[in-house]
Amino acid sequence: MKGIIENFDLFAPKLVDKEEYYASGHRACQGCGEALAIRLMCKALGKDTVVTNATGCMEVTATPYPTTAWKLPWIHVAFPNSAAVGSGVESALKVLRRKGRIADRDIKVVSIGGDGASFDIGIQAISGAMERGHNMIYIVYDNEAYMNTGIQRSSATPFGASTTTQPAGKESVGNKTWKKNMAEIMVAHRVPYVATACHSYPFDFMNKVKKARKVNGPAFIHCLAVCPTGWRCPSDACIKMGRLAVETGIFPLYEVEDGKYKMTIEMPKKLRPMEDYLKPQGRFRHLKPDEIEIFRGMAMLEYNKVLERIKHSKSWSEMKS
Amino acid sequence: MSKRIGMEIAMAAAEAVALCRPDVIAAYPITPNTHIPEHLSEIVAEGRLDCEYLPVESEHSALSACTGASGAGARVFTATSSQGLLYMGEIVPIVPSMRLPVIMCLGNRAISGPINIWNDHSDVMAVRDMGWISMFASNGQETIDMVIQAFKIGEHADVMLPVFVNLDGFQLTHVVEAMIMPDQEEVDKFLPPRKPFAALHPDNVVSMGTLGLPDIYNEAKKAVDEAMINSKKVILEVWKEWEKMFGRKYEPIMGYKAKDADVLMMTMGSIGETAQAAVDELRKEGFKAGLLDLKLFRPFPVDDLKKAVKGVKSFIVIDRAVMHGGPVAPVCAEVKSILYDEPVRPVISNEIIGLGGRDVRVEDFMNMFKKAAKGKPERAYEIYGVRG
Amino acid sequence: MTEKKWPETWQNVNPGLMIFKAGSSRSYLTGGWRAQKPIWDNTKCIKCGVCYLFCPEACITEDAEGYFTADLNYCKGCGICYHECWPRAIKMVED
Repeated sequence: MKGIIENFDLFAPKLVDKEEYYASGHRACQGCGEALAIRLMCKALGKDTVVTNATGCMEVTATPYPTTAWKLPWIHVAFPNSAAVGSGVESALKVLRRKGRIADRDIKVVSIGGDGASFDIGIQAISGAMERGHNMIYIVYDNEAYMNTGIQRSSATPFGASTTTQPAGKESVGNKTWKKNMAEIMVAHRVPYVATACHSYPFDFMNKVKKARKVNGPAFIHCLAVCPTGWRCPSDACIKMGRLAVETGIFPLYEVEDGKYKMTIEMPKKLRPMEDYLKPQGRFRHLKPDEIEIFRGMAMLEYNKVLERIKHSKSWSEMKS
Repeated sequence: MSKRIGMEIAMAAAEAVALCRPDVIAAYPITPNTHIPEHLSEIVAEGRLDCEYLPVESEHSALSACTGASGAGARVFTATSSQGLLYMGEIVPIVPSMRLPVIMCLGNRAISGPINIWNDHSDVMAVRDMGWISMFASNGQETIDMVIQAFKIGEHADVMLPVFVNLDGFQLTHVVEAMIMPDQEEVDKFLPPRKPFAALHPDNVVSMGTLGLPDIYNEAKKAVDEAMINSKKVILEVWKEWEKMFGRKYEPIMGYKAKDADVLMMTMGSIGETAQAAVDELRKEGFKAGLLDLKLFRPFPVDDLKKAVKGVKSFIVIDRAVMHGGPVAPVCAEVKSILYDEPVRPVISNEIIGLGGRDVRVEDFMNMFKKAAKGKPERAYEIYGVRG
Repeated sequence: MTEKKWPETWQNVNPGLMIFKAGSSRSYLTGGWRAQKPIWDNTKCIKCGVCYLFCPEACITEDAEGYFTADLNYCKGCGICYHECWPRAIKMVED
């Protein structure tokens, strides 16, 4: 029971914005972590937001004509271009406001996409938009595979996960590589605010969204979103799996503000064993102890890299002189 | 007051775009249209145009950014050619389906392979059926005029479709001509700021680019199809208004010594001007040649074509792209399809010329006319001048 | 604006398939999906609102006294609320 209430402010949910910008009736699976994350994101953003969405679960389940679950202005164009569309919307709003054709009010552009749309096919658009310094947030909802099309692997799929294009079998352990470190790539783009988050830590996530919204420039949030359907775990385990991903060190929650790294939640002194995370998920069911050791090694490499950077990173403002 | 200027046509196109006061320009360089976005970025840098210029990282992102900006209610422009157009090709059919106006200058260039940066129409032919209005300029003046007209047509409340303005790469883009450039006051009068049908803004929440399940997809497609057909009405109105304001006349098909021609030829784009010289030479010899200049390609002016070829005995359709595996080349396929039901039809020959920028001279056109006069062609289509 | 009849005709369909009715997904009642539904025991409930926060369907609402219930029109029976309720005030029953 202790694991459930750690890092959690019990009575604070009452202080969250009561408005629902992602309405009921959407067709996401039971227990969808991504739908929950988007619902929380919208609460943190408020109504002066325009959302651009890549093709994926959230676009397909939320907007089958003639109904839409979205109560924010929203546009979907194609799979790889959420960030490019977002940069266009941001530029348009900027110039229309400057020319006096729309009200003189801050409207934030938030581009969202899944791990497929962001790490793989859409990485170019994100790189371009972040590099050009548009005043927008990019939030990737990482459920670690191309879930909408049937659980195919992406570059965010962890080692050993069985997906339909890299299935486990006699000659295969499943996915052969570790998750692409998109947050690092964004820090390398000199994005002023980069953070990792998870819906299982809702206030941490919402605070990061609020912080990203305040940046006058690009911001990037990598949000882990549990997919019970694709990860093959029970639908009620959605929140728990996210917590375990964090507590085992697989997905540490940190932020990089002006180049300075900081862990945003208190990590347990001793990380939980990987088996706690792997056993409840059907996609890892086939892993043998030596393969779990490889998994652990890869995860610990990334985790220790983050710890190193937290210890040694200096803010860019400091480093300019 | 309009004034007479002499400059490179690509730069003139950029000046014309600037006169239209675009809000967002997102473009990626590709030969031969590069001078258009380059000169626009110069105009913005000099402070002559208040506009957000996005030096995007690819053509795909260029059109994506333009779509997003158009969705937010801005007036947008981009330019590309050939491979760039194919790279943004995924987005090309999405723009008209969302009824978002985007104006694009195409510096027509051959699509690879083999890689070739010179002029033909294979790039625009690859995307011709996707729902964009498409006009062809034959010279610098038409380029300027069509660019300004394109904004008015595309953004019109009864149209709301994106528009291609085609100008031949190098043959037009890099050529210096004398042209009449309208001034800002005239363009402002002709083209007021855009009034979008819907815009992404929290005061009027809308979802754009939604999922079209099988039970509604057919209706969505038909709606765009009808919009394309009805756009012809708006195009003719805009052209009439242009003639009134600027004195220059535009029609979907314009004839040159075509009324009494025995052999008629139809071209699109600047190559028609060389063909005109051939018509003149032939007329001197007593040969009754005539020329049709197809200015509006999409929506294809069906009735205008039927009228223009009535009574003609021999009709040469000039194409500047190959339709691999097809019975003829693209434009000829459309012409034959239109004339199929006519009680009296001319003998049709199809010459594909100037692929990949190969030069086509006056004598070549004269040869084509003389060959057509001899009777039914041996083959349905010919790649003119190919060795072997 | 008069209600449009479904299925729409091509003349009737919104240009570009744009949707102007924000949140209109509520016309689709996902409650039919579930195999189990959550029941609150208000004697155990401490009114923390965790269930409300973690519902992906946004179907849990607070009543006048501060207790919570799920809107059974939309509840998909995923069980997250039951799993996260640390005082164990929620149980899932077959539906």
